[in-house]
Amino acid sequence: MLSIKNLHAEIEEKKILKGISLDIKPGEVHAIMGPNGSGKSTLSSVLAGRENYTVTEGEVLFEGKDLLDMAPEVRAREGLFLAFQYPVEIPGVSNINFLRTALNEIREYRGLPALEAKEFLKLTKDRQKLVEFDTKLINRSLNEGFSGGEKKRNEILQLAMLEPKLSILDETDSGLDIDALRIVSNGVNKLRNEHNAFVIITHYQRLLEYIVPDYVHVLYNGRIVKSGTKELALELEEKGYDWLKESYSETESVK
Amino acid sequence: MAKTIDSNEIINDFATREYEHGFVTDIEMDIAPAGLSEEIVRFISEKKDEPEWLLEWRLRGYKAFLKDKLPEWQNFELPPMDFQGISYYAAPKNKKKYNSLDEVDPELLATFEKLGIPLNEQKVLAGVAVDAVFDSISVATTYKEKLKELGIIFCSIGEAVQEHPELVQKYLGSVVPHSDNIFAALNTAVFSDGSFVYIPKGVRCPMELSTYFRINTQGTGQFERTLIIADEGSYVSYLEGCTAPMRDENQLHAAVVELIALDNAEIKYSTVQNWYPGDKNGKGGIYNFVTKRGACRGVNSKISWTQVETGSAITWKYPSVILQGDNSTGEFYSVAVTGNKQIADTGTKMYHLGRNTKSRIISKGISAGYSNNSYRGLVHVGAKADNARNFTQCDSLLIGDKCGAHTFPYIETKNNTAMVEHEATTSKIGEDQIFYLNQRGIDSEKAVALIINGYAKEVLNQLPMEFAVEAQKLLSITLEGSVG
Ligand SMILES: Nc1ncnc2c1ncn2[C@@H]1O[C@H](COP(=O)(O)OP(=O)(O)OP(=O)(O)O)[C@@H](O)[C@H]1O
Ligand SMILES: [Mg+2]
Repeated sequence: MLSIKNLHAEIEEKKILKGISLDIKPGEVHAIMGPNGSGKSTLSSVLAGRENYTVTEGEVLFEGKDLLDMAPEVRAREGLFLAFQYPVEIPGVSNINFLRTALNEIREYRGLPALEAKEFLKLTKDRQKLVEFDTKLINRSLNEGFSGGEKKRNEILQLAMLEPKLSILDETDSGLDIDALRIVSNGVNKLRNEHNAFVIITHYQRLLEYIVPDYVHVLYNGRIVKSGTKELALELEEKGYDWLKESYSETESVK
Repeated sequence: MAKTIDSNEIINDFATREYEHGFVTDIEMDIAPAGLSEEIVRFISEKKDEPEWLLEWRLRGYKAFLKDKLPEWQNFELPPMDFQGISYYAAPKNKKKYNSLDEVDPELLATFEKLGIPLNEQKVLAGVAVDAVFDSISVATTYKEKLKELGIIFCSIGEAVQEHPELVQKYLGSVVPHSDNIFAALNTAVFSDGSFVYIPKGVRCPMELSTYFRINTQGTGQFERTLIIADEGSYVSYLEGCTAPMRDENQLHAAVVELIALDNAEIKYSTVQNWYPGDKNGKGGIYNFVTKRGACRGVNSKISWTQVETGSAITWKYPSVILQGDNSTGEFYSVAVTGNKQIADTGTKMYHLGRNTKSRIISKGISAGYSNNSYRGLVHVGAKADNARNFTQCDSLLIGDKCGAHTFPYIETKNNTAMVEHEATTSKIGEDQIFYLNQRGIDSEKAVALIINGYAKEVLNQLPMEFAVEAQKLLSITLEGSVG
């Protein structure tokens, strides 16, 4: 589904991603962990098409198409979804109106007719239940004045509504209380199937107990320095990142 | 929503019927030579077969115009005005007639297309001579009959002078005097068209009244004069639509609108202004210098101005309310959008004279490109206006960094029981907001439209529904291409 090859990216001439390669197949869940500032959000931004980043090397194929060649909205319509680490507030734009616009844009791209108001409301209700989203929030302005946790849950509601092929969850768990963490994870698990894939960026092993990943990758200094299965997350929880940093700097010095 | 079944019916009628007798409004018969003089004023008055008092009033306007100087306080450079270069009595020169739509500027047609204006209507708006136009006469009679039953008068100001001289004489110039300002004085001297509305005591006008429905709107000139009187306990909602872009070299549009609300009466006046704004380099476009003022003469009366200003090269106007009657209310809701090199210097004046008078001002400026958008507002509280209340909210939204937004709030209080509140914000459409929407499949143009419609919602909500939809589309079209 997604194939990243030797991806290098920089911002304001500062190199952040230094050769990332990653393959994701339908039905898989990949977790990406790594210390602060290692480039996790940068990777998701580059995949989603944020303008400020310059890709200097490498390629990314999404369902066989050149992802980097597409405008951000086209990537979204093709089925790439990013649950933001810091969702923005858009005053005056109601959550529901936004959802409807987004959904219909994506439907149009796929040659489907716009949803009738009634069908749309039915779908919203259904998805709302799935992720246990507070009805009061649906009529408010998009993320305006939402608490940190409410914003994160709104990202998951959108995910549930738009049914993307590949979802990247950038630290969706941070800021969620214990109940919300369980609810959101349950929602994601219900949405998982053999056709879609998830990339879960997180600092905490706890989330991975709920959403069990097939692979765990450690990103450090713009590179994936270790990949493994879910046991790797446990190991990281125990040992921290230092042992990886050390072995990484060894390889660095060898070069 | 302030919408009635009646007005719907009429819109449907209007939109579906066709007319077999060809395009007949060829009124280019009397064209006065360019220039302004006492003779021209007399000529106009004579052509319109006006009573002596009206001629005299026009002449007083003309004298005031000669004495007045162009204002200097505005926040833009006033282009030189060649008052002698204009013909003051004519079928507007700009109304070129085309033989088919193929001859009309494709850009204009594209705009119509986006507004969803039906083809037939497009032809009328563009001034194409067509065989089939709306049967405006029969529509006019349908609604006129309905209104007549209620005693409502809705006609052109010229007709009102002939048919209801006592009402016109009593109220004309009573809110905007002939010498109010140079453009109002000019209008007084040469006005040739406009609407007249009278709602009798206790009558609630069952439909939105609009210039759009009136016969002869085709010939509406640059110097319209509108007079609306709501008698005791009556209500009317009036829509002024200038949704048709007109292609022109800089043309002066100096209209005057006077509203009078008597005891317990309410007038809601909505405008969606979309005159031609000039091209990307600021060439051409309308100078929209309009004097709009309402008087809440009676107790518990209310006047509410709502405006969506998207067009014109320069918009310069301050729809105002004089709150004379005790417990009267004035409202001003405005969205002014400027792009390219457009200029808007707009706002309101609320004069609190009576006791317990209230006013509310919501102004939303949106600037893009190299444009300049100023809010200028005055809240005046007179010595006798005990317990006057004002709330002003004045927001500016910037798109890009080459445009300007300015606010000039003036407050004058002569009564210490007054409470005047002013809030102002300036914000930018952030790249991260647009990216967020992009990431959900919404392209940048739609994203901006969504954001500005959200931003302007409080004002758009004041508009009758059909108008609100149109206004939303206009906002998006005006800002098209303003995000990279
Ligand atoms: N606009 C920018 N200018 C300069 N450096 C930047 C810019 N944006 C990001 N960076 C840097 O890029 C690096 C990677 O940031 P990124 O947000 O991808 O880290 P992260 O792995 O998501 O960290 P966290 O776990 O804290 O979310 C950081 O060192 C950050 O300071
Ligand atoms: Mg991050």
